[in-house]
Order: sequence, then structure tokens, then C-alpha cells
Amino acid sequence: MRSPTPIVALAGLLLVGAACTKNDTDSASGNVKVRSTDDACEVSAAAAPSGNVVFEVTNDGSEVTEFYLLADDGLRIIGEVENIGPGISRNLVVQAAPGGYFTACKPGMVGDGIRSAFTVSDSGREVATGDVADLIATGTEQYRLYVRDQVGQLVAKTQQFADLYTAGSDDEARALYADARTHWERIEPVAESFGDLDPKLDLREADLEAGQAWTGWHAIEKDLWPPASDYTPFTADERTALADLLVVDTTDLSARVQELTYDATQLGNGAKELLDEVATGKVTGEEEIWSHTDLWDFQANVDGARIAFENLQPALETKDPDLATTLTERFTALQQLLDRHRDGEGFQLYTELSTAEIKALADAVNALSEPLAELTAAVVL
Amino acid sequence: MSLSRRRFLHLAGVGTAGAAAATVSGSLAGCGRNGEAAATADVVDYYGSHQAGIVTPAQDRLHFAAFDVITESRDDLIQLLQEWTNAAAKMTSGRDVGEFGAMDGPYIAPPEDTGEAYGLRPARLTITFGFGPGLFEDQDGNDRFGLAARRPAVLATLPHFAGDNLDPARSGGDLCVQACSDDPQVAVHAIRNLARIGFGTTAVRWSQLGFGRTSSTSDAQATPRNLFGFKDGTSNVKAEHDDLLDRFVWVGDDDDPAAGWLTGGSYLVARRVSMRIETWDRTSLQEQEAIIGRDKKEGAPLSGGKEFTTPDFQLPGAGNAPLIAGDAHLRVAHPAQNNGTHILRRGYNFTDGSNGLGNLDAGLFFIAYTRDPLQHFVPLQTNLARNDALNEYIQHTGSAVFAVPPGVTAGDFIGSPLFAGVTVAVVAPKIGAAPTPPWTRLMRWRLRLLAGAPSPRCCAQTPAGGWAWACRSRSRPACRWRGRSWCGASSTWQPTVRQRSSSRRSPCSTSRWPSPLN
Repeated sequence: MRSPTPIVALAGLLLVGAACTKNDTDSASGNVKVRSTDDACEVSAAAAPSGNVVFEVTNDGSEVTEFYLLADDGLRIIGEVENIGPGISRNLVVQAAPGGYFTACKPGMVGDGIRSAFTVSDSGREVATGDVADLIATGTEQYRLYVRDQVGQLVAKTQQFADLYTAGSDDEARALYADARTHWERIEPVAESFGDLDPKLDLREADLEAGQAWTGWHAIEKDLWPPASDYTPFTADERTALADLLVVDTTDLSARVQELTYDATQLGNGAKELLDEVATGKVTGEEEIWSHTDLWDFQANVDGARIAFENLQPALETKDPDLATTLTERFTALQQLLDRHRDGEGFQLYTELSTAEIKALADAVNALSEPLAELTAAVVL
Repeated sequence: MSLSRRRFLHLAGVGTAGAAAATVSGSLAGCGRNGEAAATADVVDYYGSHQAGIVTPAQDRLHFAAFDVITESRDDLIQLLQEWTNAAAKMTSGRDVGEFGAMDGPYIAPPEDTGEAYGLRPARLTITFGFGPGLFEDQDGNDRFGLAARRPAVLATLPHFAGDNLDPARSGGDLCVQACSDDPQVAVHAIRNLARIGFGTTAVRWSQLGFGRTSSTSDAQATPRNLFGFKDGTSNVKAEHDDLLDRFVWVGDDDDPAAGWLTGGSYLVARRVSMRIETWDRTSLQEQEAIIGRDKKEGAPLSGGKEFTTPDFQLPGAGNAPLIAGDAHLRVAHPAQNNGTHILRRGYNFTDGSNGLGNLDAGLFFIAYTRDPLQHFVPLQTNLARNDALNEYIQHTGSAVFAVPPGVTAGDFIGSPLFAGVTVAVVAPKIGAAPTPPWTRLMRWRLRLLAGAPSPRCCAQTPAGGWAWACRSRSRPACRWRGRSWCGASSTWQPTVRQRSSSRRSPCSTSRWPSPLN
């Protein structure tokens, strides 16, 4: 069971709430120190050279505070860190182009904040500007449409699958199983963000706790590919109940997904999470322990991650073209490796893979996942 | 290999006299480390009302082992616990195991102590023993050692928790030994020697090395970090918290009428928690902190303050959502969310190399001491397995639970109250009508003095006060020294008698004694 992904509507903002991996904390680092109290916002410098600007924000007040870097209009947010509890320190890292800005502490998280003017001088370092925000907006909208399309196909194929399973057409149901699940696996981080639906739809047997009712895809999977012993097949009534619930929950999922919009952080993190899924569930053969159709899921997870990446790619090309090149190459390499295991319309079963082949897939996943984890910060920072 | 081994045997055979002489002189020459008590600064007292290694300030290194008991003999089990107790008392005080230790035994015999800790400080070594459910009843409910009536009601294999992926080869066990020291070699030496003593009575079921403690058990200790890079065990129960220890760690005298022997003891829950290191490392700092509920650098709760500030689970942040998320590990694990339950954690980071997929096989070997695993640990773990955001990055791959008897006083053995006051019929040796030497005790010593003797012998005390080489049973060799069974086929049975002498190291004579087997 996965934790719900926080859905925060921050589309278009250039921000990062996390600190960079800086090891030095001495004052010579050039970082701007910010001390936020209940009634003051002390900024150690009023200016900084362009490029990466790091604000070390310490909350010395008694209330939760936020810190913003605002554009010269005092409205557009360049970057922010929020939820800084009393006594806590947190860094804000922004890529700032030369120009005039405002810093603002917001103790109590209300009002306009305590503001000061801040100047970024030209250091000669190139800072990406242009219409990154527009590129991101386009990409996230494309991704929204993609998710809606996938969930639509999921609903249709789930209905088909449920009908076949209820009717006892086991061969046809087995043939459709992996294909239908592809649409779930492509949008898994979105689907899993609904903490009530995910366990009903996609729980594996090992994830159950004692006494918990088992429903969803994998319960049906086991019934269609039953173990040789110690298994009682579902009755016709049980089959109908499971299949109906699968359809109801999937339809519910579809309805909820229609409302969603996404920001660049969600696309980037979603891509990373899809590769996590591959690394922890598919490469290990744990996801489909009865049908062994793990490579279908593998491909679907990679599809979903690639789409998210490609939606962000125009923005990434502007900000970090090297990373874009690396990711393109490694997606291609992973895909080539996967293609070797194609078998007709689908793939080889996990149990047909040799240890060396599994290791090669795992290595390719690691090779892609590591730079993919940088995608969010590279685009959003 | 076979050549050198043959050569060794050959030399051992022809050099008998010389070897015996060397044995005696070597023994007399001095005890070395074996006889000296180590300086007290890094010695943790083995004896006490509670076993050491629970509230002892957590040492840096761990070697934990779980054993299956493979004998059916209650006497053998007791004998083993006596030998383990003696060995533990010696090793924790910085001495070698056995009469002669690592270096000063007979030249023709394998050293009693394996020797790799020779010359090392004990480095606060503690050795803590526990009894698993299988010691009381086997899987079929058989009362193996006449202990079933004294089985604590709450000592049972833990239920399956959501997400568990337990490896049977890393779970369970009839006995456990937790060896902790600041020196890894000392901890490994302890397990190695106890395992060696146990061979024939016990078999190692699984063992786990741990480096880097993941909790503090004393206010004097700084909070260490786990492999996720976060401080772990900040709100642990610590040695200074007597009230919490009495409420949540030590078994009280009226906790379980059947298990009065456990008063002053505790229960040990071990969980091998594998961490998905690589995917965690790809997670943003923001998400890592949100999952844990603490700031990574200082360990302060996200609601503010310093490491030891009490978390404010209600304090809202942006969008009125609490600063410490609903599924943050800190929140889900906190006593405030678990009916005030505290547990004493004593876990260690581990890395068992890599898995076959090029990722670290690493995690946290979780050890908790609790007064009642069913009332305290099970609800807590049920809650965690269900609600903890961290589950995305961890998987429980091993599990075991043990009753940890109270401490030992000098001269007694670990768990002796469990065995006290119960009369169990001793199975008579099956050696026909021959006179059976009434054994008073087995001497922990063996000599291969008879040149060309077909097999080693046991040495036992006879009613006449002498020592005899003998076997208890033809069918089931029962003479043991250092966990090995000696004495086999009756055709090779050649008893010898020697007079008791002032020195236990005097060699046996070789005069013949009528074999009771013939």
C-alpha cells in the first residue's frame, strides 16, 4: 500500500522547498541567512550574484513561518519554503536572474509577510529564463490528458475483463489480464494517490494483514492462475462479487481522476515513483506472482515515466539539456533491453528470464532511475 | 587438504608423549588472558537481577544468533545453558572460554577458545539469552522438555502483518543470543564460541551482524542515525527511566501465573527490516522529511523545536494540514498514537552485502524489549504496517520473538527458575545389563592420549572417585565436550580409569576397564 501523493496545486511556480546537498555551513559559503521571528525578517545580505542563490531560513519565532522570494512586482513567486516549524531551519535554493526582488517572511502563514528589497547582480553565469513556465504548463496539461485517456481505457478493459471472468471464460480473461492492467500501471502514482481505492484494487497477498478481505486484481489473478495445492477456487457468486467490485472501484477512480490537475513536481516525482515500482516490484517478480506477467507491468511503468519525462522535456531542455540527453539515452537503452523479451503481442513470463537477464534489467533500471530522480529539481528549481 | 590433514594426524600419533608433556607444561605455564580479569572500565557485569544487554548503553556492534534445539534431552538442554552461562560470564569479563582458553590447552587438542578475541578488550561485551516459543512446544504442540505448562501466554509467533515478506530461514528459533560489543570481533567471537559449545544440542538457525546502533538506551548517549540518514530512537525508553522500564520492559511477578520464572525478565522482538536504499536515495529531502516527520539534520519534529522537543501533532501548516503528516513515521509510531505504549528499542544497522540485482541488501535489524509483546508490540506494528508512509521504502524480511529470562547470580545458570522444581523422568542409558557408571557430571575435557585409539573418548567421574572414559548410550552418543558427541560404535569402546588427582589437568591412565557394553 502506498502513501497518498500530496496533491498540491502549485502549477507554474518556480520553487523548491528542499535544500541542496551542501555540506558546508560556514558563512563563507555565500549563502544568505534569514532569521524569521514573530515580528521581524532579518536577511543577512540585501544582494547576491545571479545563479543559484541559497537562503538559509531559520525560524526563531514561536509560530510556523514561510519564506518567499518574490519578483519585482511583489506578486510573482520565484521560490518559497513553507511549513517551517519554530526552531527549524530549512534552505530555499532558487536560480535567480539579475534584477530586483523582494524577500518575505510570513510568520503565522498569514498576510503579505515582512518584506525587504533584494537585488541579484549579474555574475555572468547563465540563468535560464524565457518561457519555462509556459513550457511546464503545456507539459502538465499534456500529462493531464494522458492520464484521463489511460483511465478511460482502463475502465473499458476492466469491464471486459470482469465480464469474461464472471462468465467463466478463463482463457480469455487470462489473455486480457496483463493488457488491461497496463493502463493501471502506466498511471500508478496517480491511481495510488487514492489511499482508499488502491488497497481495494491492487493489494498483493503479502500486503494483507491477518483477517483482511482480499479484493482486486491480484485476488482474481490467483484464481485464474491457481497454485497447485492449498487453494480453493472462488465460487461463481464470489467471482461475480469480486468482478463487480473491481468495476465499481475502477469507475470511481476514473471519476476522481477527471478532477485532477498536475504540476511539474508531480510529473517529475511520478516518473521517479514509477521506476521505484519497477525496481521494487517488477524486477523482483513480486507484483504478479501467479501470472508472472511482470514484464507487461514493467513496460507500462516505463511508458508512464517516459510520458511524464517527455512532457517536461521542453522545459528541461531549456534548463538542463545534459540531463535531458542522459535521460533520453537511458530510456532508450532500457527500452531496447525490454524489447529483447517481447513475445508476440506481449512479453516472456518472469519465470522464463534467466538470472543474468534479470540482473541486466535491474542494472538498466538503476541507470535510468538515478538521473530521473534529478528531473524534478532540474525543472522546478 | 587431505594430504596435510593426514600428515597432521600422523604427527599427532607419533608425538603422543611429547605432546602430553607439552600440554602439561603449557597448562602450567600460566593462564595468560584466560586467567586475568580485564580492567573494569569496559567490562559490563554479567550478573545481576536483569540480564545485561537490555538497558546497558547500546554498544556499537551486534552479532545476534537464533538456534534450534536439536536434542530431545532436557538434561542436555540444561547442561548447555550451564555451559553457555559459564562461557558468557568468562567472555564478558574478558576471559577465554574453557579451562585452558585459546592458547594454553594441550598441543594435540583443538583449542577450547577460538582465539580471535585473544588480546582484545571485552569492549563492553554483553551476552543476552532468550527462549523462543519452540522451546516450550514444537510445531505439533509436543511438550519437548516438560516446559509447556510454564510457557508464557504471550510468547507466540507473531501474526502476519501487512506487507510482511518473511524469510523462514531468517525467522524464529528456540533460543537466541544477542551479543553486543563496541568491538565487532569480540561480538562475533562470542556467538562463534557459544555456537561451538552448542553443536549437537543446538544448531544455528540464522544469525545477523549489525554495525552501528540505531537507538540510544541511555540519556548519556547521542542519538545515532539509521541507514535512511535520520536520527533513530530519539524517544526511546532509556536506562534512566525506571518508571517506564517497570511499566513497559520488565515482566512483573504477577504478569503470568504460569510464567513466574520470567519475573524480572522481558520479551525480545527481533525484526529484520530491509530498506529499499536506492529508491530512498532518489527521494527529495522534502519527501524524506515528510515521511519521517522530523527534520533530517537535527532530528527535530517538523512541528518545531529541537530533537527532544515533544511533537505537536496538531500544529497546522500550509493549507491547514498538520506539519507532521498523518502517515509520518513519527506520528504513527509515537506513544501518543498507540495508547501510550513505549518500547525499548535496541536495533542495529545492517548490510549483508548486495542482493542479486545490484542493490544493497541492507536495513535495520530491529530489536525491541517489551513487557508484553501481544499487548505492546503487536498493536504498534499493526498500526505501522497499516499506516506508516515509510512502508514504501521498507520490507520486513525476518521475525522472531523470545522470552528473555531474568539475570543470573554467580553459580547459577541462565533461566534456571524455568527448570526448577519440575521432576522429569530421566531416560536410562540403553546399554543392556552392563553396569552403568552413575554419572555425576561430564568433565569438559578430552584427551587423545591413546596412540592409535580408534576414536576419542569422554571422561567422566565414577562413583569410586576416579575418572573413566565411557559412553552413556550405544545408540545415541551422549558424551559431549564442547558440543561434540564422542563415543560411537561399541567395538571401539575402550574405557580407561585414572585416579582423581589434585590437578584436573592430569592425564588419564591407560589401564583397561571392563566395558559395560560387552
